[in-house]
Amino acid sequence: MPEVQMPKLSDTMTEGTLVAWKKKKGEQVSTGDVLAEIETDKATMEWESPEDGVLTEIFVEEGGKVEVGQKIAFIGDKGEAAPAPDQAKPEATPQKEQPKAEPQAKQPAESEQPAPAAEQHEETAPPHQNQEAPTRLDVPQHATATPPAPRQTEARPLPSAGSDGNRVKASPLARRLAADQGLDISQIKGTGPEGRVTETDVRAAMKSAPAASGPQQKAAAPAAAQSQPGDRIHLSGMRKVIAQRLVESLGPVPHFYLTIEVDAGPLMTARAELKAGGEESDTSKITVNDFVLKAAVEAALKVPKANASFDGDALIQYQDVDLALAVAIEDGLVTPVVRAAQTKSLREISETVKDLAHRARHKRMKPEEFQGGTFTVSNLGGHGIDSFSAIINPPQGFILAIGAITKRAVVDDCDNISVGQRMSITMSCDHRVIDGALGAEYLKELRRLLENPTLLLI
Amino acid sequence: MTMREITYRQALNEALAEELERDPNVFLMGEEVAQYNGAYKISQGLLDRFGPSRIIDTPISENGFAGMGIGAAMVGLRPIVEFMTFSFSLVAFDQVVNNAPNMLTMSGGQFNVPITFRGPNGPAHQIGATHMHATEPLYANFPGLKICTPATPRDAKGLLKTAIRDDNPVLVLEAELLYSSKGLVEPEGHELLIPLGQAEIKRQGSDVTIICYAQTVPMALAAAEALEEEEISAEVLDLRSIKPLDMEAILNSVAKTHRVVIAEQDRPYCGIGSELCYRIQKEIFDELDAPIARVAQEDVAMPYNERLEKAVLPSAAKIVTAVKKVCYA
Amino acid sequence: MSQPELRDEVEMLSLMLLIRRFEERASQQYQAQKIGGFCHLYIGQEAVVIGAIAATRHDDYLITAYRDHAHALGRGTSANACMAEMFGKATGCSRGLGGSMHYFDKANHMYGGHAIVGAHIPLAAGMAFASKYRGEDRVTLCFFGDGAINQGAFHEAFNLAALYKLPVIFICENNLYAMGTSVERSTSLKQIVDRAEGYEMPGFVADGMNFRDVRDKLTEVIDAIRKDPHPAFVEIRTYRYRGHSMSDPASYRTKEQLEKYRMDDPITRLRAQLTREGKLSNEQFDAMDKAAKETALASVKFAEESAELPLEELYNYTYVGADGATLARAMSTDAPPL
Repeated sequence: MPEVQMPKLSDTMTEGTLVAWKKKKGEQVSTGDVLAEIETDKATMEWESPEDGVLTEIFVEEGGKVEVGQKIAFIGDKGEAAPAPDQAKPEATPQKEQPKAEPQAKQPAESEQPAPAAEQHEETAPPHQNQEAPTRLDVPQHATATPPAPRQTEARPLPSAGSDGNRVKASPLARRLAADQGLDISQIKGTGPEGRVTETDVRAAMKSAPAASGPQQKAAAPAAAQSQPGDRIHLSGMRKVIAQRLVESLGPVPHFYLTIEVDAGPLMTARAELKAGGEESDTSKITVNDFVLKAAVEAALKVPKANASFDGDALIQYQDVDLALAVAIEDGLVTPVVRAAQTKSLREISETVKDLAHRARHKRMKPEEFQGGTFTVSNLGGHGIDSFSAIINPPQGFILAIGAITKRAVVDDCDNISVGQRMSITMSCDHRVIDGALGAEYLKELRRLLENPTLLLI
Repeated sequence: MTMREITYRQALNEALAEELERDPNVFLMGEEVAQYNGAYKISQGLLDRFGPSRIIDTPISENGFAGMGIGAAMVGLRPIVEFMTFSFSLVAFDQVVNNAPNMLTMSGGQFNVPITFRGPNGPAHQIGATHMHATEPLYANFPGLKICTPATPRDAKGLLKTAIRDDNPVLVLEAELLYSSKGLVEPEGHELLIPLGQAEIKRQGSDVTIICYAQTVPMALAAAEALEEEEISAEVLDLRSIKPLDMEAILNSVAKTHRVVIAEQDRPYCGIGSELCYRIQKEIFDELDAPIARVAQEDVAMPYNERLEKAVLPSAAKIVTAVKKVCYA
Repeated sequence: MSQPELRDEVEMLSLMLLIRRFEERASQQYQAQKIGGFCHLYIGQEAVVIGAIAATRHDDYLITAYRDHAHALGRGTSANACMAEMFGKATGCSRGLGGSMHYFDKANHMYGGHAIVGAHIPLAAGMAFASKYRGEDRVTLCFFGDGAINQGAFHEAFNLAALYKLPVIFICENNLYAMGTSVERSTSLKQIVDRAEGYEMPGFVADGMNFRDVRDKLTEVIDAIRKDPHPAFVEIRTYRYRGHSMSDPASYRTKEQLEKYRMDDPITRLRAQLTREGKLSNEQFDAMDKAAKETALASVKFAEESAELPLEELYNYTYVGADGATLARAMSTDAPPL
């Protein structure tokens, strides 16, 4: 008890410097007498004796710096001996290594900070630190009554990295569902933003899963995967139904792709001539794309076998050419349809398309206006895309992907290099409906019409 | 039992009257609550009925009378303290967050504070930056407070009555813009008590859950109606209480729809929706089929200009857009 | 109900001794790292709280600021419960959840222990409001330091108490320094008591180093309040011997000033008065002092041997009610399993 220790004199003090002893060894002291001056982390303070008695021993010399709690002196009763000094000395000696602590300017403690938790109080540490690796079942009580109980880290597929190191994007629900169904998430086509696999995609994959073991599917999948990587423009998801359709397409529909380059020079000339008619003329608003649409319709009339779709055990060849066109809208894509387009002139197609596109962008279309269609034209030329391949909108037999008209170095029949204007068109075909030769026939006709645009004005 | 159609204002008035009648320890205190009959007429007629010893006008002195209420609650009364708006409660912030909820812990369980702080909270119309604070995220951050946010007359009455009877400090954050809205409520005298911490599905749906409270409830309902035309079926979940939070209702709904839009009347940064997002993904990560979207105020001081104010505030249209986003539609 | 004049002065002196010896031990235990956070000592001011205790009934409400050890001890909270509170033990008067600044004792009508300067003054008005509302003749005693008189809460509470004529006695323990800032550096008034005038409240001054002066002035004020509920303001001039808190060397004041007050020590003065009047012998005093020291020492032992609140009870003090702990756990992000 009468052993006197370095006091904690502030909430943040861990060690103190004994600036000066105010009592001499052997002197009588009583509680309240100033015993020493001690420098804390905040200030130099006079420190009163905690005991009555005689200061029989001083263990820390003036200038010595020791940790809080270390003994610095002994106050005994009159005649009481200090403890064996040899026990005390080893502790006192090290203090002499730093005899002169830097004298800090006296200043009143102006701020107060709570004391840091003292080490020996470990058992009062916050519960989290004290809980040795709490079980993972850290479920609040209410959750136990909840049907969708939080899942343990069950055999969940890793975010399967492809060989190129690209992480598969999938929603948590899609991952879980795929794992439940034993499907490899990396093999499922995502239709969400940036190709994210969603629940819908997994459910679509589940539907086609039985067929997936068949040889036909095995052949189809790589074909799709190998076709022009880098050119593929993934469409954004839209309505669940349409998204489902598209993902159903690349699975069961065996796609193949035919690409042509069209000389767009005559087309640009024709367009310029129409525009020259002046703002008032009703043909001035006809765009290059309108020519393309009209040509696609005319070509389908010329090659009616292409205007068809696959229906289980039969092919359906359509009388009308119902032209669907892909229109990008905020966050998605819709495909309004120009019904019986073969009956419409270039100008009528142009007007119908403008109306449909406008209403599509403002979401004022009736559902029947974007359902059906015998084939689709998708033009991303305006978005600076040179060429791309599109996904067939089932049950249609093909889709045309129109790229931008670009100036290119062209080698003419006389081997002269000149500047020409070219447009790339890629036709994605359902192989069950359209064979390579049939597709080529259609594209040949399409090219003929586009390179002789006056035919479209008739 | 025939339900009546009354206003949100009338519902609150009935709740106050019924609880004042029921318990002599209950009294109402605040600016203009007595002789003026309430700045928003919530306390209409109460002075005549209960007298000046129980319906007490205070000076404009929020810190003072909020503290007075807490002191009275410590010794057994059950004060109802009205803030003319919760924006003014910020003047009494220390009392509301330091004294009311801490007392129980600091006293080792000896002193609970059965007080109700109530008044309009959140966006009003064209009263600028200082008077329209949605204070719920501020107060939700303090342990010991309970917070409810009624959106309908029925909820207003049932939650306020429950709050007054609760033995803890409860904040009843009313919606000024809904004071005149009408809804069906049980007849007067019927003991309508709605537990704190119980959400309510205000509309069933299957494609997306819109989590909302207070002013965003009518917006969410309007949005759900508009979405129906586009074949998106939205479930509208009214939290009713911010603290305690009905996680069970939230998880049940989200497990059904897999998609979530949180429509909140506060500001987005560290707002109520931040916490909801965390809790949803923590509990049922695998049920989500899309990232959670939030509709909240813009993080700017509220402009007076009406068009700009509208741009800052959440709306049914903004909720529709957010729903379409999470539905990839 | 015991009448103030019947409360034995020797008993009051022994309470003052207990407070002093208890705080000396507390100081020592703080320095020995047994006590965390802040620790504000009352030594030198004992006559203020004990004078007030002598002038009031046990069921009068009492509320104070963070320099609160003496108020609890004076009200009858045991030294054991007070020391254990600073040790953070479950046997403390606030179960170790409040600490030095937050002493509460409902049974002894001690309503805290409040650490935000001035914030408890409106609470006192509310407590007084409640006793008036119920028609009781209780008086609320509200203590605060000279540092509180410039806070908004002080002024708002004064106005409200005066407006509603609440039975509360506001006691400013003017020890001349708000932490390190002297009254003349913080307050535009020459006399703190003049604050009362602005609220048309009766104001009084008492000598805080003189137990009898404090008791007699307060007795007079409190009798008046009981007869006709109204607030009153009493400035009690006193002095703390120690720094603001344990870490404060109090270099903002002179040794001479400290010595002057020490010569006027409230315990020495009351002892002298009683001895002169033949009511107290030296032996009696020594025995009382010895008993106080032993009680203080025993409280340290008690605190050391007491258990802390078990970790499982962490959530039990946030909400009252059957589902209180469940609720507090549910609101926590990752509450450990039950």
